[in-house]
Amino acid sequence: MEHIELFFKSVFVDNMVFAYFLGMCSYLAVSKKVSTAVGLGAAVIFVLTVTVPLNWLLDQYILQEGALTWLGPQYADYDLSFLSFILFIATIATMVQLVEIVVERFSPALYNSLGIFLPLIAVNCAILGGSLFMQSREIETFTLALNYGFSSGIGWFLAILAIAAIREKIRYSNVPAPLRGLGITFIITGLMAIGFMSFGGMLTGGDEPAEVAEVQTAEVENTSEETIENIAQNEIDEVSEITQQ
Amino acid sequence: MGLLSKKESKLILDPLADNNPITIQVLGICSALAITAQLKPSIVMAISVVFVLGVGNVVISLMRNVIPSKIRIIVQLIVVATLVIIVDQVLKAFAYELSKELSVFIGLIITNCIIMGRFEAFALGNGPWRSFLDGIGNAAGYGVILIIVGFFRELLGSGTLFGFKVLGDSVEKTGLYAIGYENNGFMVLPPMALIVVGIIIWVQRSKNRELIEEH
Repeated sequence: MEHIELFFKSVFVDNMVFAYFLGMCSYLAVSKKVSTAVGLGAAVIFVLTVTVPLNWLLDQYILQEGALTWLGPQYADYDLSFLSFILFIATIATMVQLVEIVVERFSPALYNSLGIFLPLIAVNCAILGGSLFMQSREIETFTLALNYGFSSGIGWFLAILAIAAIREKIRYSNVPAPLRGLGITFIITGLMAIGFMSFGGMLTGGDEPAEVAEVQTAEVENTSEETIENIAQNEIDEVSEITQQ
Repeated sequence: MGLLSKKESKLILDPLADNNPITIQVLGICSALAITAQLKPSIVMAISVVFVLGVGNVVISLMRNVIPSKIRIIVQLIVVATLVIIVDQVLKAFAYELSKELSVFIGLIITNCIIMGRFEAFALGNGPWRSFLDGIGNAAGYGVILIIVGFFRELLGSGTLFGFKVLGDSVEKTGLYAIGYENNGFMVLPPMALIVVGIIIWVQRSKNRELIEEH
């Protein structure tokens, strides 16, 4: 149950592109054609599924406060979490390189379709973002981390597939000249993000991600009215209370 | 500018408008949009990126002749990651609330495409001083967009700037609120960042029609 909930939450509610704008650079650059979008999307799913659980292990056994206890009791006080950026990005870069070599050796066909995208992925914010969110949300078990990586990848894949399909169609529409290309893509993505916000109501209980709540409350405090997000938040809280009862 | 030659000042000024990293080169959008709901985080983010890109460009430019080209990506990532850790620790020490608010997005400066893009396109082929100017210019171009977006989103969404109630008090109905003005709560939500940037691109390209893309 936990897994199913996390899966749907990562794919729809906390969609990498629409809720956090992660991986926007490649999302905008590679979404001109559906076929290339599918290639990049598949590569992102793959790399996220590998790197998030790997970084989870690093986080649990090296970086967190007290994580080094397995080396001996004298290491229990160490807190290496400030090293997480450098360690995560190193893992990601090496994994991407490794994946590239392995895929090239064992599946030349897949390599030809993914090949050019793989190096791009090392600097895709969605990948590092996946690991950093995994850390800041304190995902508990290895399988949940695996699930989180995979489902975030699926969410990203869905987003780029959808925008690529829309951009292929929009080529035949009469868009105002200054908006053509980048401008209209931004606005469509914005509209899609509004659409995806409605998935927020899909959540039944569970933990709402802490950082969203923090950022939003800081903003909401300034507004006297309740924003849509705030209302959704209240609903979620109510539902989770009910389910707990 | 007496200090800089014409070519050098062009390095700084070009990215501010006609070669803006966000609206023209489409780089660095990833971490830019999520934190622009208010002006203050936008400015902090802009300053952090100016620091990371300015210093990083110099470091890469100094090392450009000793980095083997096969492993240059990983070397670049390590350089950025180190700089970002410095920024992150400084923020945690001196502006803890803000660093909480920016959460993972400071870390995501590492994979900000502007930084890798400038390393690859400029610092690897130019001397330290020119790279420094290029870094500052591009980061400032990025910062300008961030600050514009942050300004409008905070002003229209919450009626405040830096937390000051510039449009009057919405609860006590003073200022603009007295004549029936309402905050647009939608502006503080993530999707509006995209739409605001879309509109900036629209305005910029209508002013300068050379930038208009073919389909």
